[in-house]
Amino acid sequence: MTRPDQGSSRRDPAAAAPSARTAAVVELQGITKRFPGVLANDDISFDVRPGEVHSLLGENGAGKSTLMAILSGIQTPDSGEIRVDGTPVRIDSPRKALDLGIGTVYQHSTLIPALTVLENLMLGDSTGLRLDAAGARARLEEFGALLGVDVDPAARAADLALGRQQQVEIIKALWRGSRLLILDEPTSMLTPQAVEELYTVLGRLKADGLATIFITHKLHEAVSLGDRISVLRRGQMVGTLNADAVGSTPPDKLEEIVIEMMFGAAAADLSEVGELRVGGVEEADAAAPAGPARVLGEPLLELVGVAAPGVGTDPGIADVDLVVHEGEVVGVAGVDGNGQRALAEAISGQRRASGGEIRLFGAPVNRLSVLKREKLGLRYLTDDRIGEGIVGNLSIALNLFLKRIGQPPYWRYGSVRKRAIDARAEELCEQFDVRAPGVETRAGTLSGGNMQKVLLARELSFGSKVVIFHKPTYGLDLKTTLAVREMIRQMRDGKAALVISTDLDELLEVSDRIVVLSRGRLVGEVAPGPGAAEEIGGLMIGDVSLSLAGAESAA
Amino acid sequence: MTNLFHQDVLTALISGGVIAGIPLLLAACGESISERSGVLNLGLEGMMIIGAYTGFVAAYYLHSTWLGFLGGAGGGVLACTVMIVLCVWLGLDQIVVGIAITLAGEGITSVLQGAQFGTTYPRLGATPTTSIPLLHKIPVIGPGLFEQNLLVYLGIIFAVFLTWFFRSTSVGLNLRAAGEKPEALDAAGVSVAATRSWAVLSTGALAGLGGGFLAIVGAGVFTPFMTQGQGYMAIVICMLGRGKPIWVALASLLFGISLSITTALQLAGIEISTDLINMLPFIAVMVALVLFGRRSYLPPALALPYIRGAR
Repeated sequence: MTRPDQGSSRRDPAAAAPSARTAAVVELQGITKRFPGVLANDDISFDVRPGEVHSLLGENGAGKSTLMAILSGIQTPDSGEIRVDGTPVRIDSPRKALDLGIGTVYQHSTLIPALTVLENLMLGDSTGLRLDAAGARARLEEFGALLGVDVDPAARAADLALGRQQQVEIIKALWRGSRLLILDEPTSMLTPQAVEELYTVLGRLKADGLATIFITHKLHEAVSLGDRISVLRRGQMVGTLNADAVGSTPPDKLEEIVIEMMFGAAAADLSEVGELRVGGVEEADAAAPAGPARVLGEPLLELVGVAAPGVGTDPGIADVDLVVHEGEVVGVAGVDGNGQRALAEAISGQRRASGGEIRLFGAPVNRLSVLKREKLGLRYLTDDRIGEGIVGNLSIALNLFLKRIGQPPYWRYGSVRKRAIDARAEELCEQFDVRAPGVETRAGTLSGGNMQKVLLARELSFGSKVVIFHKPTYGLDLKTTLAVREMIRQMRDGKAALVISTDLDELLEVSDRIVVLSRGRLVGEVAPGPGAAEEIGGLMIGDVSLSLAGAESAA
Repeated sequence: MTNLFHQDVLTALISGGVIAGIPLLLAACGESISERSGVLNLGLEGMMIIGAYTGFVAAYYLHSTWLGFLGGAGGGVLACTVMIVLCVWLGLDQIVVGIAITLAGEGITSVLQGAQFGTTYPRLGATPTTSIPLLHKIPVIGPGLFEQNLLVYLGIIFAVFLTWFFRSTSVGLNLRAAGEKPEALDAAGVSVAATRSWAVLSTGALAGLGGGFLAIVGAGVFTPFMTQGQGYMAIVICMLGRGKPIWVALASLLFGISLSITTALQLAGIEISTDLINMLPFIAVMVALVLFGRRSYLPPALALPYIRGAR
């Protein structure tokens, strides 16, 4: 089976087997890209051959995404050379990249939610004024057969499950006959089942002779999928493990080598992180201090049959029963957009519950305002840092006191006491390790990690008792992630935490127990331990028709 | 007092409604093109008044209705190039630039009118009409709907064409993508700036054409500030019609009727202060917004400049 519109040479079986002799499809030589204050890519050389998956591994900020943006024509390098089939080229626009046969699946979806699958695929693929819907439908069928998936061309992109959306994105990247597929962090939003399916699809494409660059920061993915593995660190190429090395080294040995490459000398400290391990989820559980032997305190937060309306495309919740005890960290797992926000906001008071009862320290709080709940010790760490977390144009100090406006001793007689605020803000910045020139710095100029630390400082201080963490480490670098998870674990010391996250590894690492949210309902509860990930994955999909069934029947 | 439902009164109401509705229809269809592509064109009012002036001048000196229309469209195109350069290419705030174009358009045309004609307001002759055989003989609605300037029919046909254009052509798909998610259009290899530029350009041409029609066919004269907020009304119509051209066209004609009610009432001999009646269209706008405002649909990327790679 061959991808539609491919030349006959692609059917050559020799081309399907990766070997050192096969000429590279795309080759980068000495690529350097500088942004103001950052050397994002420093003299990087890299190549990818037909019929191989080349994993590109590195932490957030290592320069992976910049390199990808250069290949797909979003950015142009300051120096260095790109060769396609041995010919030097200049990729100065996404169009040029597509014309050269480089298709990209970006980390953030480029599907247009309001358009149908077919319209999304036809976008930019015009040869004439009229859209060729019939031709596109036939082509989609060919791709469906090749990938082993079945997509409804008339469905609106917004109505598809995330795994399915990604399949459409892959088809879109290959639509104009690409020979190189770039996948940027493709698994970050998927359920374990959808990840499996992605592996299957990539396997089929590889057998068909496609070259793939697989960008990830998850080691076990890079190792299990890559024929070759390259590691970036702080904008530099640390090295490439070639096919022979990858093939002959046992996985756990390989993992050690790669961790060493990613973190250098600091590797030893970081090897405890579950996320980095090969299939590390189960092992991480052992590290969790939680155990059935621990005695739980009083219930601090109780939800009895709570319902809350959805807003726009964001669904509501119904019939949610949940108890969080003193000294307990409860995780809420689920695919994004299954009512996480409604749950968090119903508890925090930002959204009025339409049914049921929310109790804090045993007393109902349904009628209490956000402010009154906050005074009782309830805090909500939002997932929308920039939107509702901070006010970008205000100083760090003022952002730390946003929720205490008017309260003594920081305000007196209606006017702000700047000195009192700055002094306390400096303490907090010290305590939470906020890296900034000073407390006067505008909060909007901070990096994502420091911004999150400012929010944590605000929410965890001033007598917090019950804290809702919503995607607490989303988009943060590894060091900050570790720090944040440590803070969550410390909540066990006399406080209580509800951690809403789409990162299953994270939940397994920090939670005492995990409830699963699907379509606005809690569909089950799982204790972290061997096999928990699979069990949660199964609950997460529930009755949501994911693409798995379609893939198997077509295969 | 003559009966309000007298045949002549109704005929005048419908005929006047169509003539007053066509400028709205053209401008609102234009606005729907640019809004679909993600450009909120608040300069519509300015483009209309500039089109009204250039259209009137062209028709007056060249003694041709059609050259007048062409002049109107040309004036609108000229005015919207400012918006293209500042908003689409340089990424400035669309609301500020739009208001500036409107204010500048009103001012410039008043000054030019004064310099050209002083305090006289020369009138154009009656414009030619095209009768549709048989249909124009239908009582009451016949003369109003089927005995009009050719541009009336073309305008209505254009609204139908636009529906097809958005749905079934590649350019229409590009336009929608530019307004929904410009980065996706860019990633698909189509220039967002070019797509939006063409969109705004056609908006300018249509608004100018509408203004030209207003001066040449509707009034037969150019007076300063003669558009009287019709550009803004067209923006509201476009919003209420959810950018769907057929709905936009229907709403335009309804608003046209509310604009022409003054004449009809005078014809019927009903004595109400004209100031009161002149408020009608604006009250209609507010009522429509209260009733249907929630149903309006605006593209997610509306009024957001697009710069590649910016996050």
